[in-house]
Amino acid sequence: MARKDKKEEKLKMKMVRIYIMGKEYKVPEGLTIMKAMEYAGYRYIRGAGCRAGFCGACATVYRKEGEYKLNADLACQTTVEDGMYLVQLPFTPANKATYDVNKIKADDKTLVNFYPEIARCVSCNTCTKACPQELEVMDYIQSALRGDMKKTAELSFDCIQCGLCAMRCPAEIAHYHVAQLARRLYGKYLMPKAEHLEKRVNEIKRKRFDEEIGKMMKRNIEELRKMYNARDIEPEEEEEPKREGD
Amino acid sequence: MHPASIQGEKMEVAYYPGCTLKTNAKDFEETAIKVFELIGIEFKELDKWYCCGTVYSLATDNLMYRLAGIRNLIRAKEEGYEKLLTLCSICYNTLKQANLMAKSDKEAMEKINAFMDEEPDYDGSVDVIHPLQLIDKKFYEIKERVKKPLNKKYAAYYGCLLLRPKEVAIDEYENPSIMERLIEAMGGEAINFPLKNECCGSYNVAVNREAVIERTYRIVLNAKKNGADGIITSCPLCHFNLQEMQKEVKKIHSDFSGLPVYYFTEIMAEAFGVKNEGR
Repeated sequence: MARKDKKEEKLKMKMVRIYIMGKEYKVPEGLTIMKAMEYAGYRYIRGAGCRAGFCGACATVYRKEGEYKLNADLACQTTVEDGMYLVQLPFTPANKATYDVNKIKADDKTLVNFYPEIARCVSCNTCTKACPQELEVMDYIQSALRGDMKKTAELSFDCIQCGLCAMRCPAEIAHYHVAQLARRLYGKYLMPKAEHLEKRVNEIKRKRFDEEIGKMMKRNIEELRKMYNARDIEPEEEEEPKREGD
Repeated sequence: MHPASIQGEKMEVAYYPGCTLKTNAKDFEETAIKVFELIGIEFKELDKWYCCGTVYSLATDNLMYRLAGIRNLIRAKEEGYEKLLTLCSICYNTLKQANLMAKSDKEAMEKINAFMDEEPDYDGSVDVIHPLQLIDKKFYEIKERVKKPLNKKYAAYYGCLLLRPKEVAIDEYENPSIMERLIEAMGGEAINFPLKNECCGSYNVAVNREAVIERTYRIVLNAKKNGADGIITSCPLCHFNLQEMQKEVKKIHSDFSGLPVYYFTEIMAEAFGVKNEGR
């Protein structure tokens, strides 16, 4: 009985045609590209990760029937449409510079020295159009070219390193690697240091909390639970009244 | 800080810096912003801008190299500007020629507009200007601002990119005189300088240094023989070639003694008494 219901449900389900590397399949409407490929019988060994749009492993390129435009997106985030031509890009063969971030300087020539290809940018904007995160990719490459580390780091902050920008670039720039170097340098050398963090790390190093931790380690789970529920929650200092007044 | 005797309109103008002004030619940008503000012209840097493309491509069928110029002009228009000012001679030339194409080559613009389908169509309506073109209008303000008259002899070096092709020239393309007028307005003497519009050799410095060394020798020697104490320019690449290649010239011609090379805004800052101020 249950089986029959399922079958009927399947019959009612609207199916769409997709082309995986040129071969036609019929898959249920509403699936993501990733699930549709699995439905069609493909098994992901590479090119799949978090399945939630964060890891950047499932770069995919597709074109819709009757359109000339190539679209780039993440397979786990994009729903199949009737007449989609699909291919997966599990890896991008882009050059990655080798460096020891502790030994390099963050000046206005660092990025272009490690990635001289950025000087080949002609402002075609294809990278920006390819980005599934909707970043202003061309703008951060242009910032990198003029040595603006802060802007490059900020504009590229949400990059998930899927590599689609690099695959579409006529100037063969490895955008996402350039941006990663910029963020590393910006974080290490240019961003203001968090003083409270340094203070706390020093306290830990001076073993200020060791005794307390040692005591806790000896307790059983029930005691820990009680302690947790009865813990002091520190009142917010100073800022609290200000916030209420906002 | 100065008497309110300075009249004339205050104006704001959209400013396109270009990559070099943010890196190797920071002195040029810093002095320019400062001295032009003193004569009532405020530079408003575009929110978004891209490398100009470095050289205007002479291959008429390769439109890919025209995209950067046009896209910068679209940004200026988008921000509501009808004029776009840039300091670097190379950026000026590239953007000016890109706009010239936008106005005159319909077929090319159809292709470019179709390719840049994420942008509004561009019609060539942003006028690209060089700050030297504003000098004549600000003569009075310049003279008023001079605290330390220059009292030196300068060779005004234009190079090619402010003058060629003649359609983009900021002045008489065979015998320009804007920079000479600027020098004289600030109490300096502009020397007669026949090689003021000779090419410095440009990017050949990367592939054919000997040619640039030879040119530097001829140009600097010509300025020197005509009595110059220094050379002024508006081009970071001319500045680099004429300044840096003098060391190489000395290796070949031991009797050669060089000349300092300045951006025209540096001698303005000097005359206005604001050089190295706030740095």
